[in-house]
Amino acid sequence: MSDPVTIPNGRHALSLVPKAEDKQTAKEFKSDQEVRWCPGCGDYAILAAFQSFLPSLGIKRENTVVVSGIGCSSRFPYYMNTYGMHSIHGRAPAIASGLSVSRPDLSVWMITGDGDALSIGGNHLIHALRRNVNLKILLFNNRIYGLTKGQYSPTSELGKVTKSTPFGSTDAPFNPVSLALGAEASFVARTLDSDRKHLTSVLAAAAEHNGSAFIEIYQNCPIFNDDAFEVLKDPSSRDEAVIRVEHGQPITFGPDGSRCVVRSGFGLAVADTASVDPADIVVHDAHDADPTYAFALSRLPAGSDALMHTPMGVLRDVPRPSYDDLVRAQVEHAATGAVPEEDLDRLLYSGDTWAIV
Amino acid sequence: MAKQVRQLDRVVIRFAGDSGDGMQLTGDRFTAESAQLGNDLSTLPNFPAEIRAPAGTLPGVSSFQLHFADYDILTPGDAPNVLVAMNPAALKANLRDVPRAAEIIVNTDEFTKRNLAKVGYEVSPLDDDSLDAYAVHRVPLTSLTVKALESFDISKKDAERSKNMFALGLLSWMYNRSVEGTEAFLRKKFANRPELVEANVTALKAGWNYGETTEEFAVRYEVKPAKLPPGTYRNITGNLALAYGLIAASVRSGRPLFLGAYPITPASDVLHELSKHKKFGVVTFQAEDEIAAVGAALGASYGGALGVTSTSGPGVALKGETIGLAVMQELPLVICDIQRAGPSTGMPTKTEQADLNMALYGRHGESPAAVVAASSPSDCFYAAMEACRIALTYRVPVLLLSDGYLANGSEPWKLPKVDELPAITVDFATEHNHENPDGSTSFWPYQRDPETLARPWAIPGTPGLEHRIGGIEKADGTGEISYDPANHDTMVRLRQAKVDAIARSIPDLEADDPTGEAKVLVLGWGSTYGPIGAAVRRLRGSGHQIAQAHLRHLNPLPPNTEELLRRYDKVVVPEMNLGQLSQLLRGKFLIDVIGYNKVRGLPFTAGELETALEEIVKNV
Ligand code: SF4
Repeated sequence: MSDPVTIPNGRHALSLVPKAEDKQTAKEFKSDQEVRWCPGCGDYAILAAFQSFLPSLGIKRENTVVVSGIGCSSRFPYYMNTYGMHSIHGRAPAIASGLSVSRPDLSVWMITGDGDALSIGGNHLIHALRRNVNLKILLFNNRIYGLTKGQYSPTSELGKVTKSTPFGSTDAPFNPVSLALGAEASFVARTLDSDRKHLTSVLAAAAEHNGSAFIEIYQNCPIFNDDAFEVLKDPSSRDEAVIRVEHGQPITFGPDGSRCVVRSGFGLAVADTASVDPADIVVHDAHDADPTYAFALSRLPAGSDALMHTPMGVLRDVPRPSYDDLVRAQVEHAATGAVPEEDLDRLLYSGDTWAIV
Repeated sequence: MAKQVRQLDRVVIRFAGDSGDGMQLTGDRFTAESAQLGNDLSTLPNFPAEIRAPAGTLPGVSSFQLHFADYDILTPGDAPNVLVAMNPAALKANLRDVPRAAEIIVNTDEFTKRNLAKVGYEVSPLDDDSLDAYAVHRVPLTSLTVKALESFDISKKDAERSKNMFALGLLSWMYNRSVEGTEAFLRKKFANRPELVEANVTALKAGWNYGETTEEFAVRYEVKPAKLPPGTYRNITGNLALAYGLIAASVRSGRPLFLGAYPITPASDVLHELSKHKKFGVVTFQAEDEIAAVGAALGASYGGALGVTSTSGPGVALKGETIGLAVMQELPLVICDIQRAGPSTGMPTKTEQADLNMALYGRHGESPAAVVAASSPSDCFYAAMEACRIALTYRVPVLLLSDGYLANGSEPWKLPKVDELPAITVDFATEHNHENPDGSTSFWPYQRDPETLARPWAIPGTPGLEHRIGGIEKADGTGEISYDPANHDTMVRLRQAKVDAIARSIPDLEADDPTGEAKVLVLGWGSTYGPIGAAVRRLRGSGHQIAQAHLRHLNPLPPNTEELLRRYDKVVVPEMNLGQLSQLLRGKFLIDVIGYNKVRGLPFTAGELETALEEIVKNV
């Protein structure tokens, strides 16, 4: 119809968000509402990390919005002294998309859970990622339905015994990171509720990314699925279980880096560092345009709970024009600079008109 | 040969052919020619849901009916005076609607053994006496077209395809309309294929000349321009008018328009149209599903935009939960329901007005929303503006009801002056609105305006007004989460009272009752306006007294509704549903209204309403 619009790219995700004049503190980001998660819930640690992290962005607090769906984690916005919306089950990506696209001056964060994002809202999640809407999506994965009191979720292990699966779950789970990569996500990361430093570094990387950033946060639910991620936390197992990935670094892990990741067939495999040529150790490349590599990384976890050899960190971070920028570019391209009333007049009086006198 | 010219005051033509025959285009062009000539007109397209049903079969028949006159008319006409049948299927599917003595123009080339067999004709109706009651013109449209295009270097298929232009040329000759506009239209449409421009224009002119020279057509007709109020006019369909109304509301309110939509018949044209108008700052978001479409619109409204979603009944069913969220969050949201025959997939291209109950009640909990309905294609413009006004002023979801008949039907529209359109005032909250006991101030997101009962609209980015909203019940005033029983009762009543308060901003319902002596009132809503009006005129013409009123606002109803209805001995409510408004009026006012209900996927005809109403008027 009209000329193709040039695609803006490479801008900083927050370049259109107004800067704060004064230095901010974590306290300013805490709302006056009493936090009502169960004692020991992993959500507390994430909330505290998030509130401490936000001041580092240096943007105006009133230009920060937290949108959530339904579930334990989705109570999150009430505890943030920013703008916030607690919406309906599964629909936060759609609502946040409408907000983000129409308001480039906002930093929009979305809080969701494994049931909210992957079950009832699965469709919205994949489409937000595909479009690359400028949203930062924090998926709190506790592998259980907490708010409805303990049914298995789309990330629960096969065979899991829960209230709704007394004989064990017969559902195969999703790997959320693999799913996000398959949905064309341009930024995909994983972190852990209890590792504040790592969590904060991942949040910082996500905030910089222009487009959708998907972060899976393993979150402990002490009430209905306690210690689900213990293997990643227990000093006796975590070195073997967790694979930390950092862009540009060879991927080694295990006690004294005794384990590493090498190429194997079409994918990747874990090997003993001592037995491979150092040149064969995969150097992590989060910027690889082809998602195949990140996908192979996401497939490393093994074991009945799929937690042994879990990659943690930013698996993928590639530049891709955000949906918001593309939409805005078309609107800006079409702008005439005329008074809208005059354009409206021209529009109404266009086409085949005739006069009756 | 000098042809006889006969004056007529009105004509109803129906073009009917196979889905691939271009009947909608032919009808559109004839409409444009008639509009240019100054006739008043009204159109009714009727097409199958399948894009290309098997050629030559009954399900594949597509038609376009046009009523044009030298006076103001209200409907696309009950029955055609002229049927153009491009093949046996078109003849068979439409013949039952054609009154005796009407003219039928048939394309004889298509009456082959094979085509006849497809629709179950054992003997060609052109060869037996089955068409004796009609004035049948046998025209080999296809072969005449191909012959006229002999010298063109185009495929036989392309030549045959131009037969609709031949037919249009012939009809244009018959009714004395200029084909200049159509010529210009063809030049634009086929700009990239000059050989097709010339072929189509040649076919068009050949059709005209055929009328002029053949003895088959001895009479030409003339329908003079209608005496309509002075002004600039254009022909407009309901969906186009609705899209323009949304843009106008955006311009007049200064709020950017955000449309979230998922493709659905018969609403998709609203999405198509709005996607063209980015210069107004319009953002169209083709969502992954109906739920995301309304969700994104609500998200945009939260950010300060005019959030709109357009759909049909099945889509509204999916959006219910999000509309409920908008009720709770008290944010503006406009949901356009271009109704179609339901339930389920129903008949997607056929009209109905059976979504009223869903619009009023289709959510869980006490979940009041405003409901506005358009009454004619051009009225979709004003109804859309009104829906936006209510949504933006009262921060409430508004269901805007149109239907398939309005969406695709058209009529001349006297264009409004932009600066005379209502201005819509939007005031965002910028300051604290509550004084605490200690003298400090704070922002209460659920502190209401005493007049409208609307809560403040504080959009993200406003310093000092940071607050959280959600679907959980709010404490009156502070907007904090509350499970308090008394508070819930208060809030349920407040949300209802806010919607009720809209009534103070809408005009009284007026009855058209010229003598003031009518005992029967016929009350309609939505697209039945035209047929009811036409039936009422006919009854008055034959000496009956009858009053007519039409509802634009279905929730809340105009404040004087009950009082007006009580003035009449009988109130008749025709609806293309099983009595949804009737039930509402009975329930609300204990008035024993009489329903007239049909759900055939087609608009009422003035004739059937005339008969039904006459029965009632005679017996009061
Ligand atoms: S149920 Fe589990 S996830 Fe929910 S608040 Fe309690 S501990 Fe946290």
